[in-house]
Amino acid sequence: MLTLRPRAARIAVVARPDSSIEAGQRRSAIPRRRSVSRPPWIVLLPALLVAGLTLVPVAYLLIRASEGGSDLWRLLWRERTAQVLINTAILAVTVAAASSAIAVPLAWLTLRTDLPGRRFWATIAPLPLVIPSFVGALTIVAALGPRGFLQEALEGPFGVERLPEIYGFWGAWLTLTLFTYPYVFLSVRAALRGLDPSLEEAARCLGHGAWRTFFLTTLPQLRPAVIAGALLAALYTISDFGVVTLLRYDAFTREIYVQYRASFDRTLAAALALLLVAFAILLLAFEARMRGRAAYHRLGSGAARRARLVPLGVWRYPALAFCLVIVALSLGLPLGVLGYWLIRTLRRDEAPEGLLIAAQHSITVGAAAAAVTTLAALPVALLVVRYRTRIGRWVERVSYAGYGLPGIVVALAFVFIGARYLTPLYQTLPLLIIAYLVRFLPQAVAAARGSLLQVNPRLEEAARNLGRSPFGAIRSVTLPLAWPGIGAGAALVFLTVMKELPITLLLSPTGYKTLATSVWTSAGSGSYGEAAAPALILVLISAIPTLLLAGRHGGQTPRGDE
Amino acid sequence: MMAEQFSLGGSRPERPMGVSRRQFMRLSGAAGLALAGNVALRRATTAAQATPPAGGTPVGSAGKVTIYSGRNENLIGDLVTQFEQATGIDAEVRYGDTAELAATILEEGDNSPADLFWAQDAGALGALAKEERLVTLPDSVLDLVDTRFRSSQGVWVGTSGRARVLVYNTEQLTEADLPTSVLDLVDSKWKGKIGWAPTNASFQSFVTALRVVQGEDGAREWLEGILANDPVVFEGNSAIVRAVGAGEIAVGLVNHYYLYEIREEEGEDFPAANHFFAAGDVGNLVNVAGVGILRTASNAEQAQRFVEYLLGQDGQTYFAERTFEYPLVEGVEPGAELVPLDEIKGPEIDLGDLADLQGTLQLLTEVGVL
Repeated sequence: MLTLRPRAARIAVVARPDSSIEAGQRRSAIPRRRSVSRPPWIVLLPALLVAGLTLVPVAYLLIRASEGGSDLWRLLWRERTAQVLINTAILAVTVAAASSAIAVPLAWLTLRTDLPGRRFWATIAPLPLVIPSFVGALTIVAALGPRGFLQEALEGPFGVERLPEIYGFWGAWLTLTLFTYPYVFLSVRAALRGLDPSLEEAARCLGHGAWRTFFLTTLPQLRPAVIAGALLAALYTISDFGVVTLLRYDAFTREIYVQYRASFDRTLAAALALLLVAFAILLLAFEARMRGRAAYHRLGSGAARRARLVPLGVWRYPALAFCLVIVALSLGLPLGVLGYWLIRTLRRDEAPEGLLIAAQHSITVGAAAAAVTTLAALPVALLVVRYRTRIGRWVERVSYAGYGLPGIVVALAFVFIGARYLTPLYQTLPLLIIAYLVRFLPQAVAAARGSLLQVNPRLEEAARNLGRSPFGAIRSVTLPLAWPGIGAGAALVFLTVMKELPITLLLSPTGYKTLATSVWTSAGSGSYGEAAAPALILVLISAIPTLLLAGRHGGQTPRGDE
Repeated sequence: MMAEQFSLGGSRPERPMGVSRRQFMRLSGAAGLALAGNVALRRATTAAQATPPAGGTPVGSAGKVTIYSGRNENLIGDLVTQFEQATGIDAEVRYGDTAELAATILEEGDNSPADLFWAQDAGALGALAKEERLVTLPDSVLDLVDTRFRSSQGVWVGTSGRARVLVYNTEQLTEADLPTSVLDLVDSKWKGKIGWAPTNASFQSFVTALRVVQGEDGAREWLEGILANDPVVFEGNSAIVRAVGAGEIAVGLVNHYYLYEIREEEGEDFPAANHFFAAGDVGNLVNVAGVGILRTASNAEQAQRFVEYLLGQDGQTYFAERTFEYPLVEGVEPGAELVPLDEIKGPEIDLGDLADLQGTLQLLTEVGVL
């Protein structure tokens, strides 16, 4: 039975994701499922509230776009619109695929094998997330551009005068992949942690080798986590502006920015942004099909113990080389370039006082947003995982509304709402945090969802039977078990809020500087050396939560951990 | 320099670092998640509502002014501090991208907290003017500046100018190799050697001027001619100047002052220099950064004091010496390397005219530049 379940899931990928055979099997396996019951108000109400919040940007866009006449449609349905939309789609799909190809082996190596220094790799692997995308792109261009540092290094010994153009699709693809693979990495790592090692052991007992076990048992179990992470990477890609402008890829966000920046046409910008929302919905539907409806939790009480580490043998060398290359490109390269800029300009005596304040501000907004967003994500994730109702599906989809949009759109939506209807809150931290929540909620939902899928609802039922309230059962049983994923989600939100720019610039209290705005200010005036210090501090601070996540076991549960 | 910028507008008390770290550590633990969230948010609210103390300094004693600045803090932060010290007015500045701040002011509507908008380019001021968000400035302010560099309706005024120039790599070229007119860049000898930034607002103003001077067809011909020379596309001026210095391209169409900023960082041996075209050439169009006072300003008087300060001796000298820009008021000399404004005879165009900008965007799109 144990090996049957993942295999069923695997077959479903190939054949019919929503096949009734599989659904029937699940029903027979768990006859007393609570999942069909109506969700209690304690879950439903907050989930609906959160969903309502996330609709703010879409509502704003509809208001703005409705001001345009028939002219708008003519402008919208140009050949060019279709072309850039296709460009963005190609980029999103390829970045998501490449991110997964990097992240899955990386997560497995750092958690399930005897890879030397695996905790170190696990700690630094998510860090590229915190590098603001325009800074990352700047450093990539500086290093790998036609006349960048790499060319300089090659010119001496090999006489290379010019490297092939990094600009265009390949440069944008490489840069975005290097800075988004951590989405898949964190998601997969959390799922791997929650995985019952006995499944893999059973596979090994049945005579499968380590590779076969990985592909037949482990990978199918990780599917929801991979897909959830890949979706985040894809949505990040379609919303990104920094990388595609600096690496000159003709993506959709550039069209939107041209409307804001050159034409001051908020109506056409809104209409274009709505197209992006439609595209994100399309991606979500695709994800839902890919995701299937398989169950991923254990049947029995499971084994509370570590998974056996796979000995790598001589494979440890290619494995190490792989980790090294990824980390060198995604973290070493930008930090190296920043460090070089920093050292080159150290001639001025700069008091670090300003940076300390900026760091403090970054941590404050990052931590507050991580906490609030994680809290908001829980009811949504519970609703989706435990009660498979139509309303749950819609709430989840709606929660992604702000995520596929460029930051400036979400920022302007909250400027509109804040200044006109929530005047006392406008340009204060609470509204700023709410805007972050709307922008980054899916990161927390995806992480929590992945973990909750692995918690058997029967455990919750047992708690209910022992006299706990619905809320009490969730709090004392489900949440502690799902903590690795929830914590990973909180860390994700923390990292991405720390680097966020458009929302921070427009909605923070006046004069409230963060590390990200300091980087932006310095880079904007062309002082890259000055930008390096806050950027490096940003990365250092971000290492703390990932260090804690990599080093600590989820809460009190010693389940399947290293 | 950095410390000054960061303390700017920040006379409010700062919390000790330790508190945040403690919150943060608590957040990282599983059990403390919800608790830390509440604490962080409550603290955050308190911080946002805290009012700046008088603190014994003259700043703030003469009221305050809220400025939305599309100009970079590293460039003008010190000038704002000088203004605060000179007038006692507390200046709160929100920095951002010029166009995004313009959109923000439009979205804020009547409740905009901004008193004054300081834009990097006239187009953004034109966008606010079109929606009737700016008040007419008094003649005493407007008359300080040449009519070329202010709004025809008198709702915004230029504060400093920047000229379009051709930046070139001094290791590959000498002044003698360079054309006397921007129109000559369509010559095939420049194939693959030109850098430009078609999405840049200053570049687009230049194309608008080109349309005025050469007519629609002339402008189209020039754009097509440059395209035929396979220009390298950049996102902004700064990147072009760096690429010229690195030898990626030989020449670039940029604003004049980026070179001096980059030279400060890279050192005097940075191998690039600015080339001005012949006097009166459209290639040396002068753009301005400018200010406008909002119709909804609650501190209109202080806002006007700020405008007057920027156009006064101190403000204009600051632009000449610190940001390497052109002062726009008589009596303050530009930097030694610059060709005087009088010798750059630009076309008579309204820099804030959006109708012209739309036309330019349409042309750029049709030709395939955008």
